[in-house]
Amino acid sequence: MDLRNIFNAIETTDPEIYERLNSRREVMHRFTNMGGKIALTALPFALGSMLNKAYSQTPTDIISILNFALTLEYLESEFYASALSASSLVIPDSEAASFNLIQQQEAAHVNFLTNTITGLGGTPATKPVFDFTGSGTYPTVFNNFGEFLALAQTFEDTGVRAYKGQLTGLIANNSVLMAAMQIQAVEARHAAHVRRIRNLNGTAPNECPWITGNDTSEIGSSVQASYNGEENVSQLGIDTSKLPGATVKSATECFDEPLTMDDVMAIIGAFII
Amino acid sequence: MKTFEKPGDVSPVNCLKRRQFLCYIVASAALISSCTKDSGSSGSNNSIDLGSGDVGVLNYLYALEQLQTSFYIQVVSKPYKNPLADDELDLMTNIRDHEIIHRGFYKSLLGTNAIPVLEFDFSSTDFSNRDSVMATAKTLKDISVSAYNGAAQLLTNASYLLAAGKIASVEARHAAYIHDVFSDTSYGSFADNTVVNTDGLDLAALPDAVLASVSSYITSSLDASHLPTN
Repeated sequence: MDLRNIFNAIETTDPEIYERLNSRREVMHRFTNMGGKIALTALPFALGSMLNKAYSQTPTDIISILNFALTLEYLESEFYASALSASSLVIPDSEAASFNLIQQQEAAHVNFLTNTITGLGGTPATKPVFDFTGSGTYPTVFNNFGEFLALAQTFEDTGVRAYKGQLTGLIANNSVLMAAMQIQAVEARHAAHVRRIRNLNGTAPNECPWITGNDTSEIGSSVQASYNGEENVSQLGIDTSKLPGATVKSATECFDEPLTMDDVMAIIGAFII
Repeated sequence: MKTFEKPGDVSPVNCLKRRQFLCYIVASAALISSCTKDSGSSGSNNSIDLGSGDVGVLNYLYALEQLQTSFYIQVVSKPYKNPLADDELDLMTNIRDHEIIHRGFYKSLLGTNAIPVLEFDFSSTDFSNRDSVMATAKTLKDISVSAYNGAAQLLTNASYLLAAGKIASVEARHAAYIHDVFSDTSYGSFADNTVVNTDGLDLAALPDAVLASVSSYITSSLDASHLPTN
């Protein structure tokens, strides 16, 4: 085991590693000394404990994640509230109850996250000012039910992926991690329903409640960033498309993929003034 | 636009590399410590021991995926006669295919630590009757979603957590679909108050409660006594 190669690999992966620890020289020094004192088999533990120190979650990190989630929920909650109150948007009677329910649940997420952040001693992020036309990209979002549905689907699918991207960052806090899983599931239920409405009303006749490949379901390139990466079939080194009974299509559908905080902020940033 | 501090955040590709690296460290440690572990083997009372630690949690999820796979294979192989929508059986077939992959994924991931193929009893479901099929489907889906939500916190390896999280939201998509087509006139059922509380949170349940609620479907005797509890 050549420690220098390992450090080089870590540095390449995370250039900020030494800001998290000490200088490279000090870390190398520490390990070189240790190498003489501890058995080779114990090195993984020592290295693991160093990395754990570098990447373990502080309350500040958890609050940053919760504020990120809160911003996303502000967006969704206001999006549905605006749609429901827009006299220019005709939501079919059959769907009014569904969108009222979705709006209530997004508002509940805002409250829940705000209370959780406050409870952890943090300061909840303030609500941004939104422009749901995305600076004119979706000019009829509150006039045309189809365009409204397209954005609803995009926000919900993005929400699912956004929570997923933060799960490992919450691993040290069981209750917050469980809540993130629970909210993720509700976002997924919303996404599945919106996708089904788009299927039934003919907007996207082949659309399923789940995401196939990186397909936007006929929404188009303006939302492609919300679907990129969904075509992945490699899970923990296992090519799931090669498992017995699998196809590439179902392998992409049966795992939702994460988005990073940066990815998500770039996506929803288009709707923040 | 407000930006946030990004804890340990790097590009997705780099995240993956770091995760793989961390996984290697964890795997190395696990190898060293696993010599005394005898998970996945039959106990003295002929029950199947799910095992302990992350292996135990993964075996527990594997058992639930085996259960669902077995159910949907039967749904598709003897389809009920009166689907309400043209694409209903196509989508039930999709769900079957997803479950087959979930099952295969856990089996492959667990390798020699995997529990054996379990035996199931769906005699309470009339597979020729749509309502009967949908009722069982709905029960199993909602339990499955709650199981993933409760199990995530029991995993210590971040890679396993992410994988479980990736499957969990697909289970929730399935659940919403089953709710939608089962209660066609009851709009809003996809996320109604039987599955989402007033905080907007989906259900979560720990292994003991989950296994008790599906015990009538699982003929094999499972020993979950070594699973982590927090």
